[in-house]
Parts: sequence; C-alpha cells; structure tokens
Amino acid sequence: MSPILKDIALLALGTGLVLLTVTIIGEQMRRRRPASDPGVEIFMARVDSWWAMAITFTLAMLAGRWAVILIFAIASFAALREFFTYSARTKADHLSLAIAFYLLLPAQFLFVYFDMQRLFAVFIPVYAFLLLPFVAVLRGSTERFLRRVSETQWGLMIAVFCLSHIPALMWLELPGPDGAATGRGMLLIAFLVLVVQAGDLADFHIGRRFGYRQIAPGLSPKTWAGALGGMAVAGAMGMILSWVTPFGPLGAAAMAMVASASGQIGNLVLRAIKRDRGLRDWSHLIPGQGGFLDQLDSVIFAAPAFFHLTRLWWMTA
Amino acid sequence: MTTQTGPTKPLLAVPRPTFLSRFAARIAGHALVLFARAITAVHAEWRGVAPAPRQRVYFANHVSNADMPMIWTVLPPHLRKQTRPVAAADYWLTSRLRAFAGAGIFRAVLIDRRPETRSDDPMAAINQALDDGASLIIFPEGLRNQGPEPLQKFKSGLYNIARSHPQVELVPTWIANLNSVMPKGEVIPLPLMCSIIFGEPVAARDGEERRDFLDRAAAALLALKPEDPE
Repeated sequence: MSPILKDIALLALGTGLVLLTVTIIGEQMRRRRPASDPGVEIFMARVDSWWAMAITFTLAMLAGRWAVILIFAIASFAALREFFTYSARTKADHLSLAIAFYLLLPAQFLFVYFDMQRLFAVFIPVYAFLLLPFVAVLRGSTERFLRRVSETQWGLMIAVFCLSHIPALMWLELPGPDGAATGRGMLLIAFLVLVVQAGDLADFHIGRRFGYRQIAPGLSPKTWAGALGGMAVAGAMGMILSWVTPFGPLGAAAMAMVASASGQIGNLVLRAIKRDRGLRDWSHLIPGQGGFLDQLDSVIFAAPAFFHLTRLWWMTA
Repeated sequence: MTTQTGPTKPLLAVPRPTFLSRFAARIAGHALVLFARAITAVHAEWRGVAPAPRQRVYFANHVSNADMPMIWTVLPPHLRKQTRPVAAADYWLTSRLRAFAGAGIFRAVLIDRRPETRSDDPMAAINQALDDGASLIIFPEGLRNQGPEPLQKFKSGLYNIARSHPQVELVPTWIANLNSVMPKGEVIPLPLMCSIIFGEPVAARDGEERRDFLDRAAAALLALKPEDPE
C-alpha cells in the first residue's frame, strides 16, 4: 500500500469511528425518549449529512485529483446559486449571472486542475471584477447599478474564488524523495475541513454552556469563551492530525487555530448577510444543516488564509 | 402558454398512447424532474396542507411556461400520478413534440381557448376529469402574467369547479422566483432556487357571489407570496 493510500484509509477509519460513536449515542437518545424530540431529530439529520460528506470526500480522494476538484466545483455551484438567489439583481443582470455560473465558475476550477496558479489568483478578483460590470452596462439598465454589480462580485468572491482555494491546497506538497508528486496535498484539505469543523462544534457547545460575553450581540449568540474554546479544540485536533501535514505537531496546532479563527469570522459575516436578507438558512439542500453556504461558510473563509500561510511556510522553510 | 396563435391553425389530434409512448413518457418525465431539480433545486413548502392523497385542484400564479412542470416536479410521485394539469390545446397540440409532452408526459386536460374554433364547453373536459377522480393543476389567471402586478384577475373556471365539485379541495399554490430563472426573451436559464408554496384550501361559502369568491381565492394565493429580496 502506498503511503498516501494508507493515510487516507487511516483518516477515513478515524472519522468513521467518531461518526459511529456519535450515531450510537444519537440512537440511544432516540430510544430513551418516548415522543420524538425535534432536537434529537435535527442532530441525527446532521450526523447523517456528516456521514454522506465523509463518504463522498473519501471516495473522491481515492478516485484522485479530478474527483476532489469536481466535488468542490459542484459545491461551489450550489453555493453560488444560494447567494445569487437572494442577491440584488434585475432582468438586466441575466447575462452576467449566466456568465458567472456557466463560464467563470468552471474556468476557476479548470485552473486548479491544469495548475494555472497565476490565472487562478487574478481571474475573478481582477478580470471578472472589471469585465462583468461592463456586461451589465451593455444591457442598459442603471437601476441600483452599484449594488447589483457589487453583490454579483461578492458572490463570486465567496462562493467561487475563496471556495476554490480548498481544492487548490492540492498544489501545496513537497515532492517525494524521488522527486515525483506524492498526492499528499489532498490530505491538507481533509486536515482543514476536520479542524475547522471541530472548532465550530466546540464553539457551539462551549459557547452555549460557559460563555456570557457575546462577540456580536444581536447578530449571533457566539461568545468570546466559545470562540476561544473552539480555537483551542481546533488546535488540539490539529495536533492529533499533524501526521498528515508537513507542519509538525506545534505548527499543525497553530495552523489549525488560525484556520478556526478565520472560519468563525466567516460564520459571523455570512450570518450578517443572511440577517440582512431575512433568511434563516440559505436553502434546504443539506438535511439538518441548511444550505451549502451554511455548511461551508467557515471553511470558505478559512481556506484562503490557510492556503497562503501554508505557502509562506514552504517559502521560509 | 400565451403563444399568440395567429390565423387559426388546425390542431393535431391527441396522440393515442401506445406501450412504447407510455414508456418513453415515463422516462422523459423522470428526466424532466431531474433537470428541474438540478437547475432550480425546486423545493415544496406544504404550508397549509399536507401532501396527502386527496382529490385537489392546485390553482397557481402563472408567469412562465415552466410553471406547470415545476408544480408537477415537486408533487410526490404518488400524488403526481393522480394529478393532471389543465392546459391549452392551442399550445400543446401545435407540434408533435408538444403533443407528446402535453398528452404523454403530463396527461394534460387539453382545452381549446379559441372561441372561434372550440367545439365543446371547456368546463366539460375539466368536469369529466374531476368526475374520474383526478386532481388538477390550473392557472386561473388564464394568460401568463407579464405585467407589474403580482397577480391578474381570476377567470371563472375556479368558481365553477368550487360549485360543481364542492368535495374537491382548492389549494392555492404560489410559484416563487421562477420568473428570474428565465425571464421573457432570455434563452439561457439561470440556476436560481425556486420554491412552490401550498396554502390552506379555499372553499366557496353558501351564497357567495362568483366575483367575491374569485377575489378571495386570489387573495389567499397572493398571501403566500414571499417578500422580494429587494
């Protein structure tokens, strides 16, 4: 068995064991309560979604680079759809939005696939930023123009540009001893997702129980205690998983804490957008979690920070 | 379904279902459901009624040709099987493909809207379908709504059904956001999320006038409209 296969199998096994434990606990809670408890049912729906995500992602890693890029492209499509459904637009934006969905989004993920790192970095923040408003101008309507083009660009930045940094983590790997690609970059994705997820969960439970000073009162019940607890748990998780990274135990813990912090920021920012649009969830596509944007908000924000820090690591190392 | 039929053309005959065409219609129906879900992630919200196997008339707002397939998509398969859309013969019987879709896939109750050519009472076909136990999808505005108002005045068919079949539930059905998926004049559909909201059934009261009932039904439908995201 090649080392990468062994690592994927170990990760899958570990995640599977944790999910199995959680499933058993949930089923016991279900059995103990006579009437069906909505809290338990939501929890179980979440656990089912986690299973689905863990299995999909493991299979994609086994299938190879293209499959990992493809599942994140699909997630990006779903996230962009959720964002644009509620963003400011008029009939005059039809063409720009169609270009965003059918040209810009696939292009960004093709850049990841074909290793076009420079285009990957400038395509949406520069070229799309300058050219999409021009497409909107051609349609002639200036009604709420700045709002429309800004929100379109924002959607692209979040749901496509930032999200595409997750599969782009596959670029970041040291060549093996024989100078060949090792494919270990995709383990960094698993690392990022797992530590951010662990941080979010810990933040939720610690914040509910021990926190009292809210970070953004009126917007979110998130507390400073919860946020710090989340970062600490993410750090511990990072240390446990440090064997899949090149960072070493302490380095992995630090990276995990940074990722968790930026993830929690993302959660707050997207919550503010939802609040502005009067939404509770972005959609109903992931049972128990809401939409793709609800599920991915923290990973989306964590990915660029994690990507650039990792790169910096290599440049200085 | 407001294609202006110019000088009246003779309509095709309703194709006779064969084993093969029924099979093709089933496959095409599944493909259509998949396609609609992939593009719009269309989602049903059963706000006023449960998706129960009762005989119903779903009456909906009409903004686009995709309205009816969308409702049809979100109905659970066991309800879809007993539900037939009421549609214009002068649209669905003008090409062989449309005739296959209208009669084969959707099993539509086809009605000729053109007063100069129609041979029988349009209500007769509707009543027949209801007597056979089918549920129906109807668009009481008649034509597609392309004006600024969210809802146009209802035509009388709904009232006639309420009087002739009082046991049938009349369910207001709001189709949200579909208009931005493919506004008139665009060719590329945008993948934006749509939802179909089913409200509480409306029944005609004793002695209620035609116009009063129709306005009340329209108000019940309009009440389901979600607020615009500005």
